[in-house]
Amino acid sequence: MNLSFAITSLEQGLAFGIMALGVFISFRILNFADLTVDGSLPLGAAVSARLLTMGMNPFYSLGAAVIAGGFAGAITGFLNTKLKIAPLLSGILTMTSLYSINLRVMGRPNIPLIGKETIFTFIRDLGVPYPWNNLLLLIIVITAVKLILDAFLNTQIGFALRATGDNPQMIRSMGISTNSMKMLGLIISNALVALSGALVGQYQGFADVNMGVGTIIAGLASVIIGEVVIGEKSIMIATIGVIIGSILYRFSISIALNLGLAASDLKLLTALLVIIFLSTPRIKKALR
Amino acid sequence: MKRNFSILIVLTVLIVLFSGLTAGAQEYRIGISQFVEHPALDNARNGFIEGLAEEGFSEEDIEFIEQNAQADFATAQSIAQQFKNGDIDLVLAITTQNAQAAVNVIANIPVLFTAVTDPVEAGIVNSMENPGGNVTGTTDMNPVSRQIELIKEFLPEITDLGVLYNPGEVNSVVQVDLVKEVTAEMGIKLHEATVSNSSEVSLAASSLVGDVDAVYVPTDNIIVSALPSVLNITNQNNIPVFASENGQVRQGAIATLGIDYTLLGIQTGKMAARVLNGANPAEMPVESSDELKLYLNKKAAENLGLEIPAAVSNRADVIYEEITQE
Repeated sequence: MNLSFAITSLEQGLAFGIMALGVFISFRILNFADLTVDGSLPLGAAVSARLLTMGMNPFYSLGAAVIAGGFAGAITGFLNTKLKIAPLLSGILTMTSLYSINLRVMGRPNIPLIGKETIFTFIRDLGVPYPWNNLLLLIIVITAVKLILDAFLNTQIGFALRATGDNPQMIRSMGISTNSMKMLGLIISNALVALSGALVGQYQGFADVNMGVGTIIAGLASVIIGEVVIGEKSIMIATIGVIIGSILYRFSISIALNLGLAASDLKLLTALLVIIFLSTPRIKKALR
Repeated sequence: MKRNFSILIVLTVLIVLFSGLTAGAQEYRIGISQFVEHPALDNARNGFIEGLAEEGFSEEDIEFIEQNAQADFATAQSIAQQFKNGDIDLVLAITTQNAQAAVNVIANIPVLFTAVTDPVEAGIVNSMENPGGNVTGTTDMNPVSRQIELIKEFLPEITDLGVLYNPGEVNSVVQVDLVKEVTAEMGIKLHEATVSNSSEVSLAASSLVGDVDAVYVPTDNIIVSALPSVLNITNQNNIPVFASENGQVRQGAIATLGIDYTLLGIQTGKMAARVLNGANPAEMPVESSDELKLYLNKKAAENLGLEIPAAVSNRADVIYEEITQE
């Protein structure tokens, strides 16, 4: 085993951790199983990659990705709250249409960013050598996202958002519209997912229209691993849990890869490792 | 915190245990990174190993570390990273996405690629003649214009051609752009039907019925995997399907003039042997398959009552008498 294998898992865990925070907002806070994310992750990558090839500053392109992701969330919110389409189907419809939109945004199915200036090469050029440039940047971004999210969820609007998932009746009795809270939550959630997509695209060196397949699965796995391993006593702890969960999920894949067994068994092994994570606390309790 | 700690310990033990097993006694270590399981890609991989053996690098000299991302992009990245630091002498990346991941991560080890349709467009090499960097390989670009000419030999009166593909697959888009050029030159009207997953293939094929004289299938992963559902529709409506590689012909498409992925793999393996002997990948031009073969399915033509021109059957390299699903 070498250090770099751990570093890659850590980097991926952090980059996808922002996506997992987005899923945490829709799935746990709003209680809304939002499948939009399979489309908004590649949307973020697509917007950022397209703008990069047009010569935009890579940091600004992240901002553009966030805005695009927010729009995607708003569409799902509109479908659900105004057209009264069921949550799952609203997400599926947006995700489906995003496939075409992402192709339009990129103009083709795959944009290579190899050799282009990205946020990661920018930090490297400031004198931070590879791979620390990746790690440093990702840690800064995810820490900022986490702290802002924690602070926001502890404001009045944040409380209203949390109550919308837990106790919509109470929120309505206070004269707050649960629909606008849902809308807000979905916008924030998908903005984060798109930010994650933009980071992942710049990190892996290309954006691809198919890169979103399975995003929701990775997101849900991260949220749940985090809850089991770290807990959810407060928002601060829960968001740390989500990030740790994302890192552990990527570690599981890397470990499965490093086991060196038949290549076709990779996904099964990954699932088994995640099961080990999730069941260890219970088994330990039972043994005690 | 205690329980988290114990999980970490368990994991660390696992990693150390298994990583100790991977070190072998062979002279070279070659990492093979494949994106999905797929007959054509598997053939390319086996051909690669065969090509190395033909040049004197047998499996006794080389330890192959084979990884498959199972269609997950982040995993492709992890595999590249694993190879980068895994005391590896050479990396084979199969398909565009894996080659992109490998090139982005690996700068210190020679990378060979195969089954990449347009490596320049994909940002993998600077140019076909002078790849630059540590990367070279083989492209699986179809001789699209010659394949369309072959259709014209079967159907001299053809006015409308259908093409089925996934617009989300970069290799397919490159091929369809070529088909557009060729058909425009020949005065054939092109009808496109697109899919984004295999369940949409039947519908897309049905949408062509009534409009087209024949259907052309590029080397599109989704269409190739769902070819039986295409043939189901086209056979009922008496529309011949022309293929882009031999696997499709064996399954019931009429014919193709195509590359053989095993041969392409062998060619890549021989390039790898040159690199192991000290050649510089940066100066080795990207190669395309130097051997095209004409594949023909007699049974499929018979079922449709389609006459095989004598000129075609005379120069066919491989004639299938039966339709098989393997």
